[in-house]
Amino acid sequence: MKERTLRGKTAIAGVGETAYYKHGQAPESEFQLALEAILKACADAGLDPRQVDGFASYSNDRNDPSRIAAALGLPALRFSNMQWGGGGGGGSAAVANAAAAVAGGIADCVVVFRALAQGQFQRFGAAPPVATVSGEPALTFPYGLISPAQRFAMRVMRFLHDHRIRHEAQRAIALASYHHAQANPRAVMHGRPLTAEAYDASRWIVEPFRLYDCCMENDGAAAVVVVSAERARDLRPKPAYLLGAAQGSEYRNAARGHNAPLYATSSFTTVAPQLYEMAGVSAEDVDVVQSYENFTGGVLMSLVEHGFFTAEEANDFLVVDNLLAPSGRLPLNTSGGNLAECYMHGLELVIEAARQLRGDSTSPVPDAEVSMVISGPMVTPVSSLILGAEATL
Amino acid sequence: MTGTSSTPTATFYLPAGLPAPVPEPDGLDGPYWEGTRRGELLVQRCTRCRAWQWGPEWICHGCLSKNLDWTRVDGRGVIYSWERVWHPVHPALKAHGPYLVALVELPQADNIRMLGNLLGDPRQVVTIGATVEAVFEPHDDAKVPFTLVHWRPRS
Repeated sequence: MKERTLRGKTAIAGVGETAYYKHGQAPESEFQLALEAILKACADAGLDPRQVDGFASYSNDRNDPSRIAAALGLPALRFSNMQWGGGGGGGSAAVANAAAAVAGGIADCVVVFRALAQGQFQRFGAAPPVATVSGEPALTFPYGLISPAQRFAMRVMRFLHDHRIRHEAQRAIALASYHHAQANPRAVMHGRPLTAEAYDASRWIVEPFRLYDCCMENDGAAAVVVVSAERARDLRPKPAYLLGAAQGSEYRNAARGHNAPLYATSSFTTVAPQLYEMAGVSAEDVDVVQSYENFTGGVLMSLVEHGFFTAEEANDFLVVDNLLAPSGRLPLNTSGGNLAECYMHGLELVIEAARQLRGDSTSPVPDAEVSMVISGPMVTPVSSLILGAEATL
Repeated sequence: MTGTSSTPTATFYLPAGLPAPVPEPDGLDGPYWEGTRRGELLVQRCTRCRAWQWGPEWICHGCLSKNLDWTRVDGRGVIYSWERVWHPVHPALKAHGPYLVALVELPQADNIRMLGNLLGDPRQVVTIGATVEAVFEPHDDAKVPFTLVHWRPRS
């Protein structure tokens, strides 16, 4: 095989999202939300929606691409793809899957979307209404280890212990997201700033996570349009080119009952090197990062595993000023992310990463050229991607 | 076998009403659940390469042998990680809390890990590395009777 890379072959040509709501408050059905985000992304790209010929999503999105294609009257559906795995681990992978389809000639114009109206379905943070469990949940649910926060607190507790990381490190991540949300009118927490004092006074959800360490749950939908790099140049100014993407997890990450040999990990130790290799950049080249906050501790581990600082440097690096646009050392979650913009399962992070390159973020990093997304730490598979401006090609 | 107690606890650590564990329909984890009913901790061990394996799988992750025995393991372990849960996510836990969950390593079995509640004061100081021992909590009145495995600090 001659050249096995996606670098520079595709681009995000358009982004779109619905209004973002607190969970249970969307007046539209989840399917309506999905359609609206997809149409907005097409409009943003300057593209007739009838030119879409593929869809990619993740985390068992309920909105079937065939129904969407029928609803939109697409002449032909050529690609429909679901990334395995739960949580937000598939956010970047879904973009990569779309890009692979475009680069490989399977389809020409693939929309990556995610829609959530949890009020109309089951909430992530509540126990499912079941009387019995078997398999992995049989080893956890009867002990009150049920929700994602409870599942991942165990990993983070060990990581913080191993590296003597203080609670202020997690706090800085929460404060950065809330800070950026105050500039973002789309953000659910716009107009609701968070102080260090309010963080410290907030209740425990499960130690080591306080309320503000945990993502929101929201209703809404988001979508991005992936086309070839050549086509993107014809559509709108400043496409966000995909420089690299990687997905997966390390050795036996999913061993049942919390038996991953490398336990205290965000699951990126093998993924991140692969990402940098394809993108042809290193951590020092990255101008801005959107890192999925299921829980702040997961962001912390993700940033370590993507090489921005070592675990031993976490206490020093993770202070609020370092994480803020426009001029922090590593501007982080510049739309407010899952904590304060919207928990759109991390697809809002992909949109923000593209906006940073286009210059239309509400907290822009000046002259950003390399923009990273890290999706869904601590699940498996996880994924991450790097977008680049024209100058990086 | 030392250090493992098969004495039932007087009361349940968590309130009744949480989902009850049932063996998988394909039979993979049946021996584990049957063992707990007798006050025994059984995990898989490869008859070829002698690797310990937990949770259960149909094949040895070390040498891909399909010959795995269910082997009784000493219920003494070391706290590898833990958490104190405050926010209830299940109706049965609404007025209950906090409670402790521990992840325990068994050094005598390739450091396989087991989960369970950590008995004692739910507000106790928990130390990673502290030694604990298994305590069996039978639920004899359940529709399908089962036994949970908890951990208590060893003095």
